[in-house]
Amino acid sequence: MTQEILFYVFSFLTLLSGILVVANPVSRNPVTSAMFLVLTILFMAGLFVLLHAFFLAAVQILVYAGAVIVLFLFVIMLLDLKEEETRRVRKIGAGIGILAVASVFGLMARTIGTIPPTASSGASRPTLEGLTAPLGNALFKQYLLPFEILSILLLVAMVGVILLSKKDLR
Amino acid sequence: MTWIDHLTPAQQFVLFSTLKVFCAVAVLLPTIAYSVMAERRISAAIQDRVGPNRVGPFGLLQPLADGLKFILKEDFTPGHVRKAYFWIAPAITLIPAFMTMAVIPFGSMLGQQKMVIADLNVGILYTFGIVSLGIYGIVLAGYASNSKYPFLGAIRSSAQMISYEIAMGMSVIPVFLFVGHLNLSEVIRYQTQHGWLIIYAPISFVIFLVAAFAETNRLPFDMPECETELVAGYHTEYSSMKFALFFLGEYANMIAASAMMVTLFFGGWTLPFWGLDQPAAGFLKGFVHIGIFLGKILAFMALFIWVRWMLPRFRYDQLMDLGWRRFVPLGLFNIVATAIVLWIIN
Repeated sequence: MTQEILFYVFSFLTLLSGILVVANPVSRNPVTSAMFLVLTILFMAGLFVLLHAFFLAAVQILVYAGAVIVLFLFVIMLLDLKEEETRRVRKIGAGIGILAVASVFGLMARTIGTIPPTASSGASRPTLEGLTAPLGNALFKQYLLPFEILSILLLVAMVGVILLSKKDLR
Repeated sequence: MTWIDHLTPAQQFVLFSTLKVFCAVAVLLPTIAYSVMAERRISAAIQDRVGPNRVGPFGLLQPLADGLKFILKEDFTPGHVRKAYFWIAPAITLIPAFMTMAVIPFGSMLGQQKMVIADLNVGILYTFGIVSLGIYGIVLAGYASNSKYPFLGAIRSSAQMISYEIAMGMSVIPVFLFVGHLNLSEVIRYQTQHGWLIIYAPISFVIFLVAAFAETNRLPFDMPECETELVAGYHTEYSSMKFALFFLGEYANMIAASAMMVTLFFGGWTLPFWGLDQPAAGFLKGFVHIGIFLGKILAFMALFIWVRWMLPRFRYDQLMDLGWRRFVPLGLFNIVATAIVLWIIN
């Protein structure tokens, strides 16, 4: 019962702060947007806790709230973003955004639809709580290939960023 | 005390957790206050001065006088600041420091209760996550102050804290290679059976200790507020109780870092003799264990204070060089070496 109430509270707060990131009626300051993004991530970590995925919740806070958005803030504060506050939302941009969100939503709805209803009680599901060993086994044995592909993707992104930021390398 | 037995487990959990939270904060706040006093007395002793000794016997009531002074001072908000962030930043600095305490086992058992507020399975990751949120307080303070020196201090601090967080995170991995568990209670149980982890992972401890100095913005790494260059860094524009919150936050962070080091490397509430390394059966021994834990923390606090008055400040490029070019490779080497040794032994 408490869990259900908490689920609705966290979902509501996640969505609310998510909306305030992109469409804040009071302030158009980029720093405010970044701070609401932090709140969104914290509430999402709350949702993970409700799923008993403590590891994911902790990593979510550690990586996103603790490192990625701090870097966002860093960049926002160093750049002079005064014109950003007066910029108006363009119709094409908003349309494309809504289209992208709708397609991601459709993709997720289809994926959830393909899961048979009995799967949630299946024994083959990797446990995300408790010892770290089962998590490591799931990551490095069961899902080794996707894991490695993701690592290479990140590496490519890193090399790309360095190439783009170093002008004399080009 | 029979009415406790009539409660449901859920009610008991809520009752005891609330009790533990209150007790932990009730111990933490005076410890912070007296750490400030210890800092002043120790610095005085090092510099051959007397230090504050007027208020009460041996100056022991000085923290009370300091607190009163902070409350009575004018709480001035400069006209050029961004008000919302200016007000929220001191709170954001203080809250994570307190939240870190939730997963640290500060004693073994007291009756039927484990002496830890939240026995999380991902204890260490929780701590790192919460500690990393502490940056926002400083960054927002710098941004909200809307003037040069606080801003530079905030930029420096965020760069410094992110860099040393990486070194710190790498330094604890060997510890968990030994223990095989992220839960801090399990870390202590491993140490009751195999001896303190400082013996197994000395390099980890050195990296963690230095990174802790950088994370808490203490000398020799107090770049964010270094007064000869930046006036007072991120809290230049703050006064009265808001400044006091930053000040308390620094000491709360020091206590949290000390508690982490005690738990990870120095056996937490255990002592290797007089049978003090087993969970307590009676109340007396339970309190002795809590006392041992507090004693170890105070020893680390004394180290923090002593180092501050002994070493000169690093230059900013030296700080970054030490973090990225020395500690990150050393941490990586430490992880690989520990893994290889453990692989050979098993």
